[in-house]
Amino acid sequence: MSKLRLYQIAVVAAFILLLEGLCLAGVIDKITMPAPHVIVWDFVRMVLAGRYFDEIGKSLANVLVAFASAYLTGVIIGTILHGHKTTREILDPLFATYYAIPVFAFYPLFIVMFGLGDGPQVLIGFMLAIVAVIVTTLNGLDRVPPVLKKTARVNGLNALQTARHITLPFCAPYLLTAAKLALAYAFIGVIGSEFIMARSGMGYEISYAYTNFDNATMYPLILLILLLSIAANSLLSRWERVLLARRGQN
Amino acid sequence: MSAAQVTLRGVTKVFPAAAGGKEVHALGPIDIEIRKGEFFAVVGPSGCGKSTLLELIAGLTAPTEGEIEFEGRAIGQNVPDGVGVVFQEDACFSWLSVHENVEFGLRQKNLAPEEKARRAAAIIEMMGLTEFARSYPAQLSGGMRQRVCIARTIVAEPRLILLDEPFGALDQQTRLLMGDEVLRLWRQTGATVFLITHALDEAAMLADRIVVMSARPGKAIDLVETGWPRERDSRIVERENFGALTSRLWKTLREESLKTMGRAGGGG
Repeated sequence: MSKLRLYQIAVVAAFILLLEGLCLAGVIDKITMPAPHVIVWDFVRMVLAGRYFDEIGKSLANVLVAFASAYLTGVIIGTILHGHKTTREILDPLFATYYAIPVFAFYPLFIVMFGLGDGPQVLIGFMLAIVAVIVTTLNGLDRVPPVLKKTARVNGLNALQTARHITLPFCAPYLLTAAKLALAYAFIGVIGSEFIMARSGMGYEISYAYTNFDNATMYPLILLILLLSIAANSLLSRWERVLLARRGQN
Repeated sequence: MSAAQVTLRGVTKVFPAAAGGKEVHALGPIDIEIRKGEFFAVVGPSGCGKSTLLELIAGLTAPTEGEIEFEGRAIGQNVPDGVGVVFQEDACFSWLSVHENVEFGLRQKNLAPEEKARRAAAIIEMMGLTEFARSYPAQLSGGMRQRVCIARTIVAEPRLILLDEPFGALDQQTRLLMGDEVLRLWRQTGATVFLITHALDEAAMLADRIVVMSARPGKAIDLVETGWPRERDSRIVERENFGALTSRLWKTLREESLKTMGRAGGGG
């Protein structure tokens, strides 16, 4: 394990210890937040009892649908836009300001349109994720050196073969970054929507526990979301590091 | 080795005006004949259209006027079969190993996978890269990466190899050694080599014939026969007439280069 990694772990451990100390000393009262060791214990009990597995499954499925649809659509739109300069120039200001738009503001409208089911939650996750994918895909495609495109022509590749064998493999690190962003946004979109208004899901359960002062449920669920998003992100980061190391860019 | 393999007749290239600019008359009219099996070099001041000339012969861009033929057939919008190109820039595929890079050159060939692997391995050995066959380009030096690109080109056994300043990014010693390597490959493959370079000594050392181009729009202003034997290497620079040859090239080129320096120049 590298020294840097040890420091990173030490910082997180120190933060948890600080919280533990503050909770045990009563600086943070029990109603606000239980001590970290209590949260971990509640979490273990929740997992062992199999509580909320349906809720977790439902939320994760929605995150996955939002992520996959935003990712595929985003990569395809990004690839098409890369070949249409004018359309791209027209849309550029929208992409640049997109994340200034509070997408959640549209949530009530989506509920009116599609009902209080999974649809609006997935749609919010999709809307949050897609532009990051489009922009990152465009960013990667912009960096393909012209000499590689010429090499493709010299080797008799058509447009589709060039995309498959040259431009997309070249962009692989960018496409992985896009996946990381899309996953994070899909999580935020889905869990956030459930929190605001839903009939089920992890976000809904957290919100429900919060309004009922049920810290023994709320904090383990928060911990679960944290662990899930960190795990997914680490997996993609590891893959990204392998790709970049191979290209001498680590 | 006297039959013309490539013929350019009255070839001109004018690039259309960019927004707010003027059209650029990059090249020509130019007439050149490249003989089958010879080592042909083109030297000229920067911005004279050397690389445009290579792209025209490669079929990567179309002439505004004039005709270009490869083995008696007009070159269209596609790269003709039997033509390989090595560019100045690093064109290695960073996501593929050295072996996979070289084998990529055989994509268009209708061969069994084992045969492709065998041919790639043979070329890799010929280029002295066997030890690095499983390495990725990022693990290699600039000179080795360029050798990978050359290997990827010659594995397809092209009859005409176009080299666009392939040693431009390399240090002097590596360039001399790569020159030796290219001469060896030229003899072994029997292919015609067309080399674009800005280095006069490189052209004088490698080529059978050298065309000197004028400042933009590039035209052929001199054609020099070196008269070197086919069996040669970088030690040819020790010959007495090597100096006279480079002097002649420089004499023709000096005035053209000064013209280029007088104006804001672009790429080659």
